[in-house]
Amino acid sequence: MAEKTSNKSVFFNPFSKDNPVVVQILGICSVLAVTAKLEPAIVMGLSVIAVLAFSNVIISILRNTIPTNIRIIVQLVVVAGLVVIVSQLLEAYAYDVSKQLSVFIGLIITNCILMGRLEAFAMGNRPWPSFLDGVGNGIGYTIILVIVGFFRELLGSGTLLGFQVVPQAFYDAGYVNNGLMILPPMALIVVACIIWVQRSLNKDLQEK
Amino acid sequence: MNKQGNTYTIIYIVILVLVVGAALAATSIALRPRQQANADADKMRQILLSARVSTTPDDVIATFHELVDEQFVVNSRGERVEGDAFAVNVAEQSKLPEAERMLPVFVCKTPDGAARKYIVPVYGAGLWGPIWGYVAVDADGSTVYGAYFAHQGETPGLGAEIEKPAFSDQFEGKVLFKNGRFLPVAVVKAGQKPMGDEDYVDGISGGTITSKGVGAMLANCLAPYETFFSNLKD
Repeated sequence: MAEKTSNKSVFFNPFSKDNPVVVQILGICSVLAVTAKLEPAIVMGLSVIAVLAFSNVIISILRNTIPTNIRIIVQLVVVAGLVVIVSQLLEAYAYDVSKQLSVFIGLIITNCILMGRLEAFAMGNRPWPSFLDGVGNGIGYTIILVIVGFFRELLGSGTLLGFQVVPQAFYDAGYVNNGLMILPPMALIVVACIIWVQRSLNKDLQEK
Repeated sequence: MNKQGNTYTIIYIVILVLVVGAALAATSIALRPRQQANADADKMRQILLSARVSTTPDDVIATFHELVDEQFVVNSRGERVEGDAFAVNVAEQSKLPEAERMLPVFVCKTPDGAARKYIVPVYGAGLWGPIWGYVAVDADGSTVYGAYFAHQGETPGLGAEIEKPAFSDQFEGKVLFKNGRFLPVAVVKAGQKPMGDEDYVDGISGGTITSKGVGAMLANCLAPYETFFSNLKD
């Protein structure tokens, strides 16, 4: 991230070419854990966007004052504070979802994407590009979460956002939901399929 | 000022922690009433589930106030004592000696109004953390009408199965008094029988410690209600 990049590419690159999940392979843990249903996947994505954008901005504003030898501690304090605030807000305004996500909101603190963006981008850039970078990477993460959640809920439970989409006639004809889709291994396989598609489309991402 | 010096570092981190701490405290205070309301509504939902009444988040409070028309606290001698049943902290009470406990009872009508069920809370320990639930008992003080169990962090697919109806529905129709003796329902390995002749349900394969926790929780938390239940029966 040393070279000067335009705001536009800072914002849009993480969607596909520089996606934190399928290209940088960061934050896989939460992708496995919260994508059995679409709704928690979306809420988790929004939470990560919020925490990432604000922590990027705060660290970027503070970047010239932070003593180098405690910079990781400062980043952690800021991230942890924001995560607790998000968790409290969810508990107050989206109680059911916060119960479903349980510890995973707290575990945003350990999501490698956050520390990665703070250390690699916010420590060396001005607040506005840092904000775009945070939102961009958050959206990149959310896109993958939503794709995985979409397939897992559709094939595993026959519903989307809790609404039945696979018609009853299918079940009468002998169709059954794939119970394996609900379990974490299938999340890994779906992520692997996305990485496969992604690399077939972008030849420059393939390792020689 | 030297930004790499110790003094600067210490002052910097102290100020940062104070600011973040103040922000967290403010958020917590501002949101507490809403969080408490959510937690109360969730507790009402669980109490109603044990009496086999399903609710949606929108109607849970209204349904609770309509069906649960009596709440009171008893002691281990079955006498009513002062106290708000809904506010009793079951987690703390379950650790006291039986004679000193405040024992909440929620009386819930069935939706058709024909029968009254006595719902009591239970609280205990699973494998990783606390487990809790509610047991609804018929007006005869012995037959279990329904049960609801929940947990904080039991293993998904194993211990966590206690919150599924497949487990809790087994309690329906079990009796607490057998041949005049008070014997809370036992939880045993599938295919086995308990040592005594008490009623029992099958535990969860692979969730042995959680299943034993449910059994111990029922024994510990239902025992002090013995006099209350036997008074109901008479």
